Amino acid sequence: MADELLSVEDLHVEFERGDSKVYAVNGASFSVGPGETLGIVGESGSGKSVSVLSVMGLLRGSGQVTGGTAMFMGKDLLKLRRRQLEDIRGRDIGMIFQDPMSSLNPTMRIGDQIMEGMLSHQYTSRKGAFNRTLQLLDEVGIPEGKARFRSYPHEFSGGMRQRVMIAMAVACEPQLLIADEPTTALDVTVQTQILVLLRQLQLKGRMGIILITHDFGVATNVCDRIIVMYAGKVMESAPLVDFLARPAHPYTVGLKGSVIEVGTKAHQLRAIPGMATALTEPPRACPFAERCQLAADRCLEELPPLRPLGLGHYVACHRAEEVLAAAGTTVGAQVGGPVGGQVGGQVGGQVAQGVTARA
Amino acid sequence: MAVVSATVGPGVRVPRRHAQWWLAWRRYKRNKLAVAGAACVAVYLVLGLIGPWVAPQNYAQANFLYANHPPSLRFPFGTDGLGHDMLSQVLWSMRNAIEITFGASLLSFAIGVTLGLWGGLRGGVADMVIMRLVDFMFAIPQFFLSLFLVVAMGRTVWPILLAIGIPGWAQYARLVRGLVLGMRNGEMVEAARAFGASRAHIARRYLLPNVSNSMLVQIAFGIPVDLTVMAGLSVVGLGLRPPLPSFGNMIAQAGANVLGYPWLMYFPAAIFAVILLSFLFVADGLQEALNPRAEDGGRRARRFGFGARGRLF
Repeated sequence: MADELLSVEDLHVEFERGDSKVYAVNGASFSVGPGETLGIVGESGSGKSVSVLSVMGLLRGSGQVTGGTAMFMGKDLLKLRRRQLEDIRGRDIGMIFQDPMSSLNPTMRIGDQIMEGMLSHQYTSRKGAFNRTLQLLDEVGIPEGKARFRSYPHEFSGGMRQRVMIAMAVACEPQLLIADEPTTALDVTVQTQILVLLRQLQLKGRMGIILITHDFGVATNVCDRIIVMYAGKVMESAPLVDFLARPAHPYTVGLKGSVIEVGTKAHQLRAIPGMATALTEPPRACPFAERCQLAADRCLEELPPLRPLGLGHYVACHRAEEVLAAAGTTVGAQVGGPVGGQVGGQVGGQVAQGVTARA
Repeated sequence: MAVVSATVGPGVRVPRRHAQWWLAWRRYKRNKLAVAGAACVAVYLVLGLIGPWVAPQNYAQANFLYANHPPSLRFPFGTDGLGHDMLSQVLWSMRNAIEITFGASLLSFAIGVTLGLWGGLRGGVADMVIMRLVDFMFAIPQFFLSLFLVVAMGRTVWPILLAIGIPGWAQYARLVRGLVLGMRNGEMVEAARAFGASRAHIARRYLLPNVSNSMLVQIAFGIPVDLTVMAGLSVVGLGLRPPLPSFGNMIAQAGANVLGYPWLMYFPAAIFAVILLSFLFVADGLQEALNPRAEDGGRRARRFGFGARGRLF
């Protein structure tokens, strides 16, 4: 693991809510290497965004990191001062957000916004930043860079704005790019373009990418490794091949059963019953047990550790072997019942082999 | 690897650069009273700037031969008990009023915006202290504080400017803080932070430009308030020290013998009223044009007996 770019170990994040606490991340560990794409998937509220934002020092409100380490280039990001983090953010770690509509400053020309990061990090001179901006606009697929340089964000469509955000994020040639639901707010056709663009940029600079998404299709399209989070814990971590062929956690299987593909009829879907709830105390048993159709007594009493199940394949489930054994036969049916009207999980939308459709 | 196709082809018309101001002007134009108000304000500003050069006499020039002269060709606005030409007095008053009210408003604005931005963005103790100060300022009538400051500092142009400007910061601070709180946890600021922007940078390049419209409206509403405060100081005898002319001085003195020499009241009071109303109409028009979604659009004008969009009832 020596060549990992970012290595997060045993991360804990808590939020204060009135008198009580909400345990958002409970000992999550993950890492990403140069040129690698790590996908973090999970339902809303599973702690996937929070875990990454906390590493970047971007937690809002009452959020607080209460434990763990996040090593990046030999430094623990969680122990850095605000100034030091500001230096790293935008220069060594770029970031893209979900909603390009509201992430750009409406009062600033997009060219100036792209240049800004380079100038504040003293990446190049003003002249150099201008030229690099034109080059970036070209790279992210915005034609007529010189004219577009002077446009304001409201003159751009959502996809174009996301391209601008990407240009801003990669302006200083970061080693790591964090993309927090980068395609969720976009049309499916644009989604694919953006994903292809990210891939191209990654190949150019051997950039590591962390892709946070709730869209399995997106994740399986571009990621080398996928981790599934639930209740702030890593449920399963697997290379793409294993993830596709041998999912070993009932939650993973359930999520995959909830995916809607083109032509899927409602009765073919397998929704996970219930929904993810906020933890008001640290988990002592398997947090998924109450929604899991395979839950045994042991699952309600003992916290399953993240244990290896194959080369690079880790899973946190007491009954993973049984899930594996049943794979391909009836696990889907066991994990979730057929959909009535209400879909419990919020997982939906699928990109299959670049062909996309939205429910 | 697929080629990334562009969402826009070549030959796209890049919209005109100042489209936002153009749109704002179009909205502003719909309000006829606001346009008339802007014209009056423009005349007022021009007269105030060139007034001292075109005034027939110096403001301090007494001429006892023509004391209490009614309006005539030589003295269009008449003269007062010391034989001051009232037209010249009015022109000089405009100059003083412009200096003091614009200066005071900018001062309030500068203090208020700085504190509001800082408190709103910083949060915590700094924010709490600033907001308690704001509460304190709102609890005490601004006019009262101005009175104290005038007594402490004197009655020439600069002290009065400071006396009006310093107590006025609280409303700017409160407004800016509110707007900043709305943006502080928004995606724009989060993205800026993700790109490594420092707090000062976020305040300067992200927050300030995004509150500037509201600030412009607030200044436009603040100037007529400062005008009334300035006149009010004169009425209680603590305005600009005569012979420095001001509308408040003229109106206060004319009140002493309004039946005998009514022109001393008519001209200054009418002009003062027109200026005040013009500013209010302009402010209302700006409110509608720049913050079309703001909720109290037109409320202030209605308080003065006018309907929304400047229609009379």
